[in-house]
Amino acid sequence: MPQVIGVPRETAAGEKRVATVPEIVEKLIKLGFKVAVQSGAGDQANFSDDAYRAAGAEIVDTAAKLWATSDIVFKVRGPGAEEVGLVREGGTLVSFIWPAQNPELLKQLAAKKATVLAMDSVPRISRAQKLDALSSMANIAGYRAVIEAAHHFGRFFTGQITAAGKVPPAKVFVIGAGVAGLAAIGTASGLGAIVRANDTRPEVGDQVKSMGGEFVTVDYQEEGTGVGGYAKVMSEGFLKAQAAVFAKQAKEVDIIITTALIPGRPAPKLITAEMVKSMKPGSIIVDMAAEQGGNCELTVPHEVTVKHGVTIIGYSDLPSRLSRQSSTLYATNLFRLAEELCKTKDGIINVNMEDEVIRGTTVVKEGNITWPPPAPKLSAAPPTAAKPAAVVPAARKGHGHGDAGAPSSAKSMTIMFAVAAVLFWFIGANAPAAFLGHFTVFVLACFVGYMVVWNVTPALHTPLMSVTNAISSIIAIGALVQVAPPIMENAAGAAGIDRPEVWILGLAVAGVALTSINMFGGFAVTQRMLQMFRK
Amino acid sequence: MSATLATVSYIGATILFILSLGGLSNPETSRRGNLYGMIGMTIAVLATVIGPQVTSAGYVWIIAAMVVGASVGLYAARVVKMTQMPELVALMHSLVGLAAMLVGFANYIDPAAAGTFQGVEKTIHEVEIYLGILIGAVTFSGSVIAFGKLSAKISGKPMLLPGRHWINLIGLLVVIWFGWRFIGTHTVADGMIPLAVMTAIALLFGIHMVMAIGGADMPVVISMLNSYSGWAAAATGFMLSNDLLIVTGALVGSSGAILSYIMCRAMNRHFIAVIAGGFGTEGGAPAAAGGTLPAGEVVPILAAETAELLREAKNVIIVPGYGMAVAQAQHAVYEITKQLRDRGVNVRFGIHPVAGRMPGHMNVLLAEARVPYDIVLEMDELNADFPDTDVAMVIGANDSVNPSAQEDPASPIAGMPVLEVWKARTSIVMKRSMASGYAGVDNPLFYKENNRMLFGDAKKMLDEVLVALKG
Repeated sequence: MPQVIGVPRETAAGEKRVATVPEIVEKLIKLGFKVAVQSGAGDQANFSDDAYRAAGAEIVDTAAKLWATSDIVFKVRGPGAEEVGLVREGGTLVSFIWPAQNPELLKQLAAKKATVLAMDSVPRISRAQKLDALSSMANIAGYRAVIEAAHHFGRFFTGQITAAGKVPPAKVFVIGAGVAGLAAIGTASGLGAIVRANDTRPEVGDQVKSMGGEFVTVDYQEEGTGVGGYAKVMSEGFLKAQAAVFAKQAKEVDIIITTALIPGRPAPKLITAEMVKSMKPGSIIVDMAAEQGGNCELTVPHEVTVKHGVTIIGYSDLPSRLSRQSSTLYATNLFRLAEELCKTKDGIINVNMEDEVIRGTTVVKEGNITWPPPAPKLSAAPPTAAKPAAVVPAARKGHGHGDAGAPSSAKSMTIMFAVAAVLFWFIGANAPAAFLGHFTVFVLACFVGYMVVWNVTPALHTPLMSVTNAISSIIAIGALVQVAPPIMENAAGAAGIDRPEVWILGLAVAGVALTSINMFGGFAVTQRMLQMFRK
Repeated sequence: MSATLATVSYIGATILFILSLGGLSNPETSRRGNLYGMIGMTIAVLATVIGPQVTSAGYVWIIAAMVVGASVGLYAARVVKMTQMPELVALMHSLVGLAAMLVGFANYIDPAAAGTFQGVEKTIHEVEIYLGILIGAVTFSGSVIAFGKLSAKISGKPMLLPGRHWINLIGLLVVIWFGWRFIGTHTVADGMIPLAVMTAIALLFGIHMVMAIGGADMPVVISMLNSYSGWAAAATGFMLSNDLLIVTGALVGSSGAILSYIMCRAMNRHFIAVIAGGFGTEGGAPAAAGGTLPAGEVVPILAAETAELLREAKNVIIVPGYGMAVAQAQHAVYEITKQLRDRGVNVRFGIHPVAGRMPGHMNVLLAEARVPYDIVLEMDELNADFPDTDVAMVIGANDSVNPSAQEDPASPIAGMPVLEVWKARTSIVMKRSMASGYAGVDNPLFYKENNRMLFGDAKKMLDEVLVALKG
């Protein structure tokens, strides 16, 4: 008997998202589940009941009926007071819970003998990225933060030179380069603004650059990476240096977007009233940490206020303002979780507490509170493991590109020279003069070959080999001179033996024929190849 | 033509050969380089034929032999497919080796050639003959085996006889001993036996040496055989006291050796280790050596979705491998590239130094498909760009994009530089199945979170992608 996944309408004020979308309903049904959706659940996100019905979901009139018939409930926000009452005895709930902030809720759900998976508690390991709803929501929030700022900002983002005058580009400063911060950087630079960003974790500098931003560093030595790649609380000295940087930026930029959050703590106050005052009139601050108290002293959560001529946006429902997009992504995250829970694809979930991802996500298991989970170890490991790997690229720099002089170690050079010296002495002591002449030519030619070939671009290795192959058919000369040499009377006479003419002729002619194949074929095929190289 | 004039012509030919190799170092000058080579060769051959060492009695024979050889060679050069280049080159190396053997024997049985040498000079001359035939024979049989392996007539797997290093060593000692006896002989008939035994051993050695080398190391083998064919020519030059042969042989020999060395360095392996053979076999079975088998799931993707990803990307890097050559997919790749470039997508190609079965194999195939060479970059030039890349498309490459080379010190390919495709936002691997590459190492890339697998024949899949892109 397949289990039923129920998706109720969100009850929180202003929440426009919905926990599943028609496209995902189909996929859930393919996993073996039945899906029930409360009538009107998707209205705010522009998904009609009909669309859900077409995808195979059953539409249920009331929330009470839906909660009662569903084995598993997918939600966006944690259950409100009313909804907790509806949770089925022994049922399963998947939604944002924020267990650290809501211990009471956790207890109430435990009392219902429910199993609860919190989408905010997905462990930060690479395997779990596809179900990381925090990231997918933060991405949307970062985008929307810029859009909100643009909406309130009285100017273009991009610099333009028009017949009506020159427009300077907007300058945006993003504090905190997490997922939301990076999304904001990308969006703002996409709109044409000059974007700067700061983060306490120095390793995100490259990510900032990759999104088109400029990384502003605080000149103070302290490692800012905490457990799981999140930021941690910094020392007094660092905060001072940081405040100085922010104060300077506040005077220069038009828009500040703050995203600084430390897990389980109120948001750090980074933008003081002083800094707000120093900003240009018409500037914007988007405080994405408003719900946790805000990064700016003057932020009013959930509202837009104007202080000292600066518009401060304190919306806490940024993802919900892009409800269709955020619903789709969140629904996909939930679907990925469903896949993890139901590996047999028979529509029955298995909350396997041995699985690291599921263990971390589950906050209540059959009435027992299992939060917090044991600390994840995996995500702390990669930085240290990455280091030896980083050494490798340095060691192999510039292959085939003119670093022939890369000095070998002194010891091996000494040995090489010693061996060469002995060899040369041996040859010099024994060989006749005629041989030495050839030998000189030989050694010099080796070096010429080495010098000439060292700088060949790898793209041309094949033609080069093919041309050297063609040139090596110079051995034809050896065969040619034996076909019909002028017989020196005295030499033949001295040897006193008949010359086996036929044999020599046969061998030599065969040699000429073979090398001719090589000679003509080699040059022709090289020519054919080189014809193809074009810009 | 007088002897001095012939010598001067030889000097001219030598200079042209050096210019030819130099010209080949850059695509701009490469065609001129090939032209220099042709002119040099023409001068050398003409100067020899007209020169004092060939009498008019030989003209008929020479012209007949050359016409036959030339028509075979030109025909082969015209019909060969670009994907078969490695085979053709290997086969041609074998011809040089065989010719060196023939010339060596002809010289030995010719009393006129050896008649004037006495004492040390005679010994040196005989050593030269002996070495010339030895190198020629090894080049010949080794190249034939390489040809067999490349054209899949012989299994690409390394054939490892027990105690193979000992076999080689004993072979070498026997060759040296017979060499000693050979120098000691006074008549051609006496010398023929040691010479024949040595030739047989050298032929077997060439077979054994190349048989022991795995398919993944074929690029190194090809360029190594190229080098041997040069040394064979040089040895012949010493034998005939011909400076042109010595210089040209040494040029080819050292350039082949340098090329092999560059290849080996690109794979972070020692030349000796490659020649000694058996890639991936010395580190034990990959599972046992690795310890950490890649775990996780593989996310398949359809051609239409691939097209979608590509269309939406700004930066795309295509990483071709041997699979592209096998599937003859280079033209489809170019069509896709053209489509994407027309849409303003920045498409580039990342070539691993040992991609394919001979050095620069991929470049030749892409050039055949008319991909402009300035968007075809080598590994070091674009490896740092992967983090800014939206889609990295891997077409039939495996070991050269294996992250375990960097991440797993126990892996048999640990330390080999690889293209870091997994750093791109999305990587798409086109592959026929989940089988491992030539090195026999499992590839954790397939299990990465941002990796997608497009299963199927590369050509067919790319055609589908192209249709979806156009649609």
